[in-house]
Amino acid sequence: MTSSTDSAPLLSIDGLSVSFRTRRGVVNALDRVSFDVGCGEIVGVAGESGSGKSVTAFSVMGILDRAARITSGSIHFEQRDVLGMSQRQRDAWRGREASIIFQNPRTALNPIRRVGQQIADVLARHSPDSPRVIRQRVLDALRQVRVSDPEKRQNAYPMELSGGQCQRVGIAMALACSPRLLIADEPTTGLDVTTQAVIMDLIRELARSRNLGTVLITHDLALAAQYCDRVVVMHAGHVVETAEVSQLFTSARHPYTAKLLRSVPSMVDRLDQLQAIEGSLPDLRRNDLPHCRFAERCERRLPVCDSQALTLEVVGPHHRVACRNPL
Amino acid sequence: MSSQRILEAQGISKHFLVDKGGLMRRARSVLYAVDNISLHIDQGEAVGLVGESGCGKSTLARVISRLVDPTAGTLSISGNDVTHIGSLRFVHSPLRRKVQMVFQDPSESLNPRFTVFDIIADPLRQLCRPKRKAEVVARVEEAARAVNLALELLERFPHQLSGGQKARVGIARAMVVDPELLVLDEPTSALDVSVQATVLKLLAHLRQEAGVALLFVSHDLNVVRLLCSRILVMYLGRIVESGPTEDIFNRPRHPYTKALLSAVPSLRADGRVESVHLEGELRSPINPDPHACRLAGRCPRQQERCLREEPELQPCGPDRAVRCHFPLD
Repeated sequence: MTSSTDSAPLLSIDGLSVSFRTRRGVVNALDRVSFDVGCGEIVGVAGESGSGKSVTAFSVMGILDRAARITSGSIHFEQRDVLGMSQRQRDAWRGREASIIFQNPRTALNPIRRVGQQIADVLARHSPDSPRVIRQRVLDALRQVRVSDPEKRQNAYPMELSGGQCQRVGIAMALACSPRLLIADEPTTGLDVTTQAVIMDLIRELARSRNLGTVLITHDLALAAQYCDRVVVMHAGHVVETAEVSQLFTSARHPYTAKLLRSVPSMVDRLDQLQAIEGSLPDLRRNDLPHCRFAERCERRLPVCDSQALTLEVVGPHHRVACRNPL
Repeated sequence: MSSQRILEAQGISKHFLVDKGGLMRRARSVLYAVDNISLHIDQGEAVGLVGESGCGKSTLARVISRLVDPTAGTLSISGNDVTHIGSLRFVHSPLRRKVQMVFQDPSESLNPRFTVFDIIADPLRQLCRPKRKAEVVARVEEAARAVNLALELLERFPHQLSGGQKARVGIARAMVVDPELLVLDEPTSALDVSVQATVLKLLAHLRQEAGVALLFVSHDLNVVRLLCSRILVMYLGRIVESGPTEDIFNRPRHPYTKALLSAVPSLRADGRVESVHLEGELRSPINPDPHACRLAGRCPRQQERCLREEPELQPCGPDRAVRCHFPLD
């Protein structure tokens, strides 16, 4: 349970805005997103689909779609300006110092390349080792994520492995070059609960033992509660609340967080306590988006919500909320 | 009592022949997807079927909806044995409409070239053969209203709908023929939590209002707990534990059930169960050892007997059964 406000954070995202050009107008996917990730800290980024979680991750990694444009803000990694890096510097940085585990392990791997070869590709890209050393490092990487019988499994194609095994390969690939920042983008979507528990335990254990800064992107607040130190809640491209896990789940201040918590089946005892969040995310192409993008779904909306721009206000130690009328 | 029984399955098995490869592809082995399962569902009841992927729960759901024919066993709908009615004749049987299925991924299971209206009207036209167009329109609109689908959406195509709306179209399509049992194969696994809550509430509402029974297939025990009164836990083609939801949650008897329960992330610190993780992965359902418990190799309570003799499904307490030599207390 570390929080790194005193020392400089590993990753610092500040006022990041991203928009996408589409045939039907400009989508303002992220609006002034800011949060930090410290060394050895696991930060959850939670929200519905379309809230901008993955766009945030892709912006950090520099793998956004060509239609995307970062309109403002900065990303710093160990006080180095990531967005200011040249393409070549960025390519060297990605994979070696920061890496990502993708959402669907089966589709994230190349289907016609043996998994060991795919890990070797990453290693060869970032280190001048001889093929023999690389082969050894591939086996080490597979052993670390506890793939049984790595000598044999390295020759398998993704389709020959189960979903859980594929995700282990994905983790092995992400950690092969010993990065310091790990982004896990919904790493257990599409996996069984039992496999999910094993994979999440593995990610947590590796992150802790290597003192990694970890970002866990998820829509499952229960998962975030179990594995994260701190959670950033996003809604429609805004960060609406950030807090330490214990605080968030006992005293959420933003109406959206509170509603999100009550929509999780494990939070309630009976079905009638379960609450759906009415309405849907606002159309992010609109020019007249309200200051608070949750306002149109909110029961606690006040006139002041529409008149003033929102900022994240500090409401407690490590607890910030962007709301004019918090709970 | 028997008049209320909507579905009764006796000793249902579904085996698939798989090629082992080899010259001439003669070497065949048998995949035991569903192996000798009996279950029954009464009117208006909500039954949960849980297990990991690959345990055969989707195959069982398909057999029960008679999308595939069982290898062995009998299936009766409202007391009528339907196992011996050929597939082609069954389509025209009045029993066909009584069991309807809602598929897993709402985006993949809707025809992209049909409008929402036609998607919902299709089973109605096939199974109920309405005489007049006005009747089709009336029943489609009624089904749409029942699932809170705005009527203006009926003219749209699936790609113009959100995930939650597609899920509701899938349910409306099943409900339009007025079934007595909905078989739901992980209907919420592709949805966000906030949308999942809406769909769960809708299903509970349909069960109450229309009196439709539900067989809810899922790997998420938390969802099943809220919706279902009875749970069947499946592992490698077999039922390993069954019983009322509360009992199973408070006192799981099978080590596998316990592991499943502890794997579900929980938000409440007080309710944090001790974590029991299963080592390894599901064994292959191809030619399983008939003399060993199928959990053997992953089970924390495994003993020598488990490798010699496969346990039977034994009753243990009211409405409960467990398949284990050494059940938990």
